[in-house]
Amino acid sequence: MSNKPVQLPVVNTETEGRRGFFKACGATLGLAAWATSLRPLVEWAGELSMDELLQKHFRELTSDQKQTVFKKLEEDTKENYGADVTISDHPALPGVQYAYALNLSICIGCRKCSEACHIENNHDRKTNNSYIRVFEMEKGGINFDQGDANYDHPVPQPGKFYMPVQCQQCENPPCVKACPIEATWQEPDGIVVVDYNWCIGCRYCEAACPYHARRFNWEAPTIPADEINPNQGYLSNRIRPQGVMEKCTFCLHRTREGKMPACLEACPTGARVFGNILDPNSEIRWVIENKRTFVLKEELGTKPHFYYFFDE
Amino acid sequence: MGNPTHHNPVAMSYLRFLWRAMGVATDGNWVFYAWMTALTAIALVGANAWAVQVRDGMITTNMSDHVSWGLYIANFTFCVGLAAGGVMMVIPAYLYGDEEMHHLVIIGEAVAIAAILMSTLSVVVDLGRPDRFWHLIPGIGKFNWPVSMLTWDVIVLNGYLVINVHIVGYLLYERYLGKTPNPVWYVPFVFLSIIWAISIHTVTAFLYCGLGGRPFWNTALLAPRFLASAFVSGPAFILLGLRILRMNSRWVWSPRPAQTLVQIIRIAMAANLLMFFSELFTLFYSGGTHASSAHYLFFGSHGATGLVAWTWTSMILNLVGAVLFFLPAALERGMVRPIACVCCILGIWIEKGMGLIIPGFIPSTLHEIVEYTPSLIEWKVTIGIWAFGLIVLTILLKLIAAVFTDQLHTTEPESAAVVQSSLHGA
Repeated sequence: MSNKPVQLPVVNTETEGRRGFFKACGATLGLAAWATSLRPLVEWAGELSMDELLQKHFRELTSDQKQTVFKKLEEDTKENYGADVTISDHPALPGVQYAYALNLSICIGCRKCSEACHIENNHDRKTNNSYIRVFEMEKGGINFDQGDANYDHPVPQPGKFYMPVQCQQCENPPCVKACPIEATWQEPDGIVVVDYNWCIGCRYCEAACPYHARRFNWEAPTIPADEINPNQGYLSNRIRPQGVMEKCTFCLHRTREGKMPACLEACPTGARVFGNILDPNSEIRWVIENKRTFVLKEELGTKPHFYYFFDE
Repeated sequence: MGNPTHHNPVAMSYLRFLWRAMGVATDGNWVFYAWMTALTAIALVGANAWAVQVRDGMITTNMSDHVSWGLYIANFTFCVGLAAGGVMMVIPAYLYGDEEMHHLVIIGEAVAIAAILMSTLSVVVDLGRPDRFWHLIPGIGKFNWPVSMLTWDVIVLNGYLVINVHIVGYLLYERYLGKTPNPVWYVPFVFLSIIWAISIHTVTAFLYCGLGGRPFWNTALLAPRFLASAFVSGPAFILLGLRILRMNSRWVWSPRPAQTLVQIIRIAMAANLLMFFSELFTLFYSGGTHASSAHYLFFGSHGATGLVAWTWTSMILNLVGAVLFFLPAALERGMVRPIACVCCILGIWIEKGMGLIIPGFIPSTLHEIVEYTPSLIEWKVTIGIWAFGLIVLTILLKLIAAVFTDQLHTTEPESAAVVQSSLHGA
């Protein structure tokens, strides 16, 4: 009964031969079943490259390594989306602090900003994603309980005003504090960015953000090749991978080259003002100094770099 | 240490222990085989659902940018509580010198091990990029400690797992060898585990209550509430485990340890309900936007009533469970106690899971109402995790019973003669 000469896995001396045989069969079948059930994982892993899997944090890459990564991403975009794109690094400019201001008196709620963001930032076409949500608000207060972001009628409506909300680029960003792996951080010019190749997709930042500014890639984005914006930044509008967070970057691939954000250029009423607050002659500086501005949820201490104001 | 294992008698003896433990763990009557086969099948369904989710993206869940955490994080929160609840056996046994509880305390630690594994899995399946899991490993990845509360959670959960695996493993192995465990090697860890158990659930509460943008979670009462409900659900789960073990093994003990647990549950449940009603009073009496999540949870909001049935079910189960636990019959070995346990476990699973996580997102930070119901994939994965946890727990309990009833112990010459005789006695 005891001390059998040969022992199969999961069979030991305290079991009878027949039972041991069944146990071994069971273990084999069990292993086969596990392999079968996890097969989708193998299909998915086949699309991953070892380089991508082992890539270091963006801020730890040398400029040579960055160039290799950019080139690889460009090739991937060609392969997966059929588009020729240029992906580059757009480092923060010294002596610059970006800020945004929005004139609620003249915003008409046309959502051109939202649409421009969608196109500029290579958003998923299926979900019609955008970093900007425009709320139709009841006059008489700034109460989001009375707001509606899904309105579908001509604008502006009587008795309403319109409030676009996007990333507030907080000076004290709760999302950055939340991230367990420093996949999101604040750049020297105040812009909060995400390394899409480092994010693990836990969505803690999305829970932490008080402004609903962050988006998750619930699946790989789909965009027709001819609609892809080829001028891409690694930390901004390049096509995001599945399963990572993304957010508004004040179009850093444009603004750090001296251009205006896409949402500002698209605004037909001139409600949007953007610039460097450290520049005493900038329009944004004039607005902050001369208009009665306010920020959203000031009581949370997030210190947004996004200001709202009324003309009178 | 550096010797190859076949030259090291201690390592060989330990490997033999593991080998024989594996034999015990996979041996039983047809009920055991049916139970384990069913659990394995369910776990397989869950594993497959998760693999599909990783391949096709989390679009296969019903979460959205508005409700960005769902069933997984709900279940995670409950399982952390379950793990922390095991400490309610450790405290009477070690701080109050309850000898009989001392004999059974290893069961609480086994429940903690299974529960920690379930909570860790619940977080892993919630990741969009599990392939990048290594970014979370301190030293190799980029660990945003001490700023991110999630890094604290990683530390305390893994630490708690290690502590409990050590205690359970050490006690079992010593007992298997027929030796008296050396207190130096486990008592300090037991005391550490008491503090650690409190910390795992406190830190998990801090994950939520530290978010200023979510008024429903942003309350200092969250951590105490978590602990109070954990000290109901944990002991309730252990009581069920004790009942099953007593009916299926030769291990005997008096009714006293279970009665102690019932007394603990009575107090913890009263504290939990008190804090819960205190929270509701503050929310509803002062009103305003702070109450909008609670309003949605209990009564629905703007025609959206997705959680109303959940929350009232939870309220009723908790109250019925509490009343049953306060009956004198709950102190006896009858049917009242397991029914009360099931009521409280289910009630708290909803209260702390779907009833706490989901309303944090509804209404959203910009007061939009987007509802959430878990998808089939999410249910499969979550139930799969439970099946896996129960497999682990079954194996641990079986092993503990075998060692503690002297069915499994060493046959090596250096072991105690008493043990030898009891093995070959039959």
